[in-house]
Amino acid sequence: MAERVVENLNQALHALLADDPGLTLLGEDVVDPYGGAFKVTRGLSTRWPDRVRSTPLSEGGIVGVAGGLALAGQSAIVEIMFSDFVALAFDQILNFASKSTAMYGRRVPIRLVVRCPTGGNRGYGPTHSQSPQKHFVGIPGLSLHEVSPFHDNRTVLAGMLATGRPGLLFEDKVLYTTRMYADGVVDELFRYDLIGPDADVARIWVDDPGQADCVLVVPGGLAARAVSVARELLLRDDIVCQVLVPSRLWPVDADTLLPPIARAGRVVVAEESTAGGTWGAELAHVVHQRLWGALRAPVRLVHSADSVIPTAAHLERTVLVQDADIHRAVKEVVSGD
Amino acid sequence: MTATRTEAPPTAPTRLADVDLDLLLLIRHFELSLLDMFGRGELHGTTHTCLGQEYVPVALRPLLTDGDFVFSNHRGHGHYLARFDDPHGLLAEVMGREGAVCHGVGGSQHILRDRYLSTGVQGESAPVAAGVALHLKRAEPGRLALVYLGDGTWGEGAVYEALNMAALWGLPLLLVVENNGIAQSTPTTAQLAGSIGGRARAFGVDHLRVTSTDTAVVRSALGPVLRRVRERCTPYVVELLTHRVGPHSKGDDNRRPDELAYAKAHDWYARYAEAYPEQFTAHDERQRAYVAQVVREVTGRPASRWAEADRG
Ligand SMILES: Cc1ncc(C[n+]2csc(CCOP(=O)(O)OP(=O)(O)O)c2C)c(N)n1
Ligand SMILES: [Mg+2]
Repeated sequence: MAERVVENLNQALHALLADDPGLTLLGEDVVDPYGGAFKVTRGLSTRWPDRVRSTPLSEGGIVGVAGGLALAGQSAIVEIMFSDFVALAFDQILNFASKSTAMYGRRVPIRLVVRCPTGGNRGYGPTHSQSPQKHFVGIPGLSLHEVSPFHDNRTVLAGMLATGRPGLLFEDKVLYTTRMYADGVVDELFRYDLIGPDADVARIWVDDPGQADCVLVVPGGLAARAVSVARELLLRDDIVCQVLVPSRLWPVDADTLLPPIARAGRVVVAEESTAGGTWGAELAHVVHQRLWGALRAPVRLVHSADSVIPTAAHLERTVLVQDADIHRAVKEVVSGD
Repeated sequence: MTATRTEAPPTAPTRLADVDLDLLLLIRHFELSLLDMFGRGELHGTTHTCLGQEYVPVALRPLLTDGDFVFSNHRGHGHYLARFDDPHGLLAEVMGREGAVCHGVGGSQHILRDRYLSTGVQGESAPVAAGVALHLKRAEPGRLALVYLGDGTWGEGAVYEALNMAALWGLPLLLVVENNGIAQSTPTTAQLAGSIGGRARAFGVDHLRVTSTDTAVVRSALGPVLRRVRERCTPYVVELLTHRVGPHSKGDDNRRPDELAYAKAHDWYARYAEAYPEQFTAHDERQRAYVAQVVREVTGRPASRWAEADRG
């Protein structure tokens, strides 16, 4: 059986620290034996006590320090314990790290990744469950990635650092304990491959990758949910749904995402965040602009309710995107024409 | 100015009035029950118990009035129970059952009731409390805003911005620091340079350090502090050296056996039991049974509802 996502991330960090003696990892409670709130950094500080540091509770400060290391020509990875608290580092990300790559009139490399455990469904309540990706969309110089069960994190993280520009890596907390997919196999019906020039987009299909009634585009955190919806749609409703999971959310890799969408003519984009200024809305805009004539229906977006995220499980469920919401959206889009 | 009160060795606790002992024990058994329920898979999400630190809000209880504002944090069950005699409402909040203080929306660490508020983002409350203190100063002189915060929370810049404004503007803001020597897994020595007293001093704010874990001793040390904050309208930092006897949340305690033994040796619970066995045993049994009954009662309730009108 394939490794768990948390193990894949952990191994990725081990490999990166081994490969790059100039890489430092900072975050709250990341050192052993604790190894981070979600155990992603386990074992790292034992091997590299000087380069893997637990920090004070100072999210703004830590990201600033990481920016300083990057300015000095080093590489840095920061773990924000819960992505909700990346709000405390917003200034460093918006006004220092991403701007500094260009605002001095010449290119300044900033090799910095901020890792953000994200999302709900764990009963952690309104300040520990949010999906803040949308607050970072469209910042010049800043890329946004999301962990998925299809993308090897060593490749993703190394690629992010190699751009010389800062990036945020969102990690859906529910994914950590689930398994990676391997060898192109999802289950007995579905297969996957990685497409695009950087093999950045995972494409999950049944029978024929060139044929689908609808394309479902989701970030990594919703990948497993999207796959289970695609299965249901096939078995219950006889709808063939292809799922696309880009590793990089922003900038949008339109050249890779658009051809399959154009072929199907129907697309649903699902995200766990609330609506309003989201990655999905930006993707929808690109699709409408470039594929207007090829579409058989408008792009359909699926979001969580416009609400704080309640703590109690029975309430949380009523707010966060559920499989049934995605299922319904695809059915409506497919039966609409 | 920093003063330290180092009290007699932890061998002779003061005999407490029954009401204080009952409250201490209520909080203790409430917290133990939560950990039990988590262990049995009956609770989901997370929780931070105040095991070992119960005496802090109990000591403060009679020093506060309903007009004072209390800002609690992630480790707030004791703060709540010392303010409101309402284990049912709090447990219902944690479990998402009918009768929950905040309908199960906030859960363990996001509670608002009258002049009591907690939230899960460390340090965020300090400037908010300064704002409330500014209002109290103008509209209700003699009242104060109290913020509970941990040693680790002194890593957050918002704490200093709040202290600065509180000192500049003479605000009745009382910071009660529960310095338990650790933040989640990180010892205070690895996350806090200098000292909390030194930091307070840098803003010209008075600081009192209390090392005792004896409810009565802590209360008598804090009495004059609260009077001063009220009468002089001035911020104050009280630092209580305390001991986290349990895990940070649940099952996440990587401290060495000697560190755990040290915390346990300072736990008021065992020491009090030893000093006043008759009083203790009777009250301990009663509170244990009471909490068990609260757990049974609340567990039997239907799920909480969040009405449309309460959705902000
Ligand atoms: C801004 C922010 N960063 C990180 C956290 C996660 N977190 C919750 S409690 C905690 C440790 C707090 O330590 P301390 O202030 O000493 O309080 P204690 O837990 O010891 O009572 C951390 C890191 C948080 N809730 N908010
Ligand atoms: Mg602490």
